[in-house]
Amino acid sequence: MIGRLRTGWRTWTAMVLALVRRALNEIFRVPGAAIPGILAPAIFFLGLTSVFGSLTLLPGFDTHSYQSFLIPVSMLQGAGFTGAATGVNLARDIEQGWFDRLLAAPAPRPVLLAGLVLSASLRSLLPATFLLAVGFAVGVHWPGLLGLLLALFLVMGMAVVAATWGTSLAFRFRTQSAAPLMQIGMLLAVLTTTAYAPQNLLTGWLQTVAKYNPVTQVVDAARQGFVGDVTWANTWPGLVTLIGLAALLSFFALRGMHRMTT
Amino acid sequence: MIDRLATNARVVAALGRRSVIQTLRRPQLAAPLILFPTALLAIQTAGAGRAINLPQFPPVNNFLSFMLAGAIVQSVMMTGNSGAIAFAIDIEMGFTDRLFAAPISRYAVVLGRLAATAVLGAIIAVYFILLGLIFGASFNEGLAAAVWIIVLVAASALAFGSIGAAIALRTNSASVVQGIFPLVFVILFLSDAFFPANLMLDPAGWIAQYNPLSFIVNGIREPIIAGWSLTTQLKAVAAVIGVGAFGLTLCRFALIGRVRRGV
Repeated sequence: MIGRLRTGWRTWTAMVLALVRRALNEIFRVPGAAIPGILAPAIFFLGLTSVFGSLTLLPGFDTHSYQSFLIPVSMLQGAGFTGAATGVNLARDIEQGWFDRLLAAPAPRPVLLAGLVLSASLRSLLPATFLLAVGFAVGVHWPGLLGLLLALFLVMGMAVVAATWGTSLAFRFRTQSAAPLMQIGMLLAVLTTTAYAPQNLLTGWLQTVAKYNPVTQVVDAARQGFVGDVTWANTWPGLVTLIGLAALLSFFALRGMHRMTT
Repeated sequence: MIDRLATNARVVAALGRRSVIQTLRRPQLAAPLILFPTALLAIQTAGAGRAINLPQFPPVNNFLSFMLAGAIVQSVMMTGNSGAIAFAIDIEMGFTDRLFAAPISRYAVVLGRLAATAVLGAIIAVYFILLGLIFGASFNEGLAAAVWIIVLVAASALAFGSIGAAIALRTNSASVVQGIFPLVFVILFLSDAFFPANLMLDPAGWIAQYNPLSFIVNGIREPIIAGWSLTTQLKAVAAVIGVGAFGLTLCRFALIGRVRRGV
């Protein structure tokens, strides 16, 4: 029994790694397709910091560097785009019949999902690294090693959430035309938080939405180090949120995959 | 002479109608042109709304009144890009070649597409004016301001669309035209579409002072937040004419290039 389980784990791990390798191969084979996902968050970061940089002059703003305040948001935005791209690629595979062949293989469905999601998680490091390089060049504060590792870990987690969101929609609509829905969903999730200003400086409806949007916890956790110190009290809500969202959306993705075969 | 002009006008009207219908028939493709700027307007207005308390911020009733012009030009530039993509698809599929083979002016074919972009620009202007009125923006100059904004926005849509059309004619590729989409945001961020240029960080703030888009934005914004000023409006009209002349010249060179290449 234990031997069979061990063999099973080994096979499943190999399957996950094969799917991850396939997804990563796409970056090298079609680099042009990955460039917009890397450039777009950087353009938004540079643009928004130039435009709204003076907001730090407002009383109550907790930093004088808007670049440091915004960079975690842009990194999470990049992760959102990467995860959404995983959904678009899956929709393409479904349209072309390639995913049907995967479903016919003797692989458990969670393993297939894990392959997709893990690849998104690793790919999200590309825009994050590019953004950090751009950010440090324009004066983003060094967040310390712990702050940096925490931010990158949360970015990877956000990519997992975005990928499960994207794959749920891909299984639901089975067409690449659902791409705007995948992208705009993630964009709204990240921007309707304390993305532009601290909670006390938000106005109108956004003040309420940001308060209850769970992604605000992730943004605030990723912002530590860049603005202030890293504390466990500000970290765990972000981690719990990511785990909760990933679990919930994985459930929908697996249900969608199940419906494809019934 | 008059007969030829009338024929060309009929061609422009027919092709313009076709392009507008084509856009409206696929609302799922047209919706992001309005929904995305609307979402960004809502988020930025609430997210950066306290900016009006900054010392050098121009006097406004609320941040929405200030941001409305930015959302309009953002939507218009996206519409210009989308029209250019549709034009490139027509070229890729051979539809434009059939038109070019017909005994009609090639410029009329291009202007037909641009006329549709101008009509969509006017629709966008009406939508954002109504949105602004519903959510508390005040139009200091009343109905005249609304009509002027619609005219200015339609002309801007045509002007920006002409640059996209030139790229479509030069490259014959929808994906290349789609690839210039991020440039829309670069140009927007380097103008005072979202924030006053004097409060933006340099070098963006410096560039924004000379970006033609800033003049157009100010022409749209001024009747909303303040009153008429002939200088601002003349600058806006000059910027629209300048961008349009630049785009149409590029279109002319692209058309000449196609004839030379035998395309």
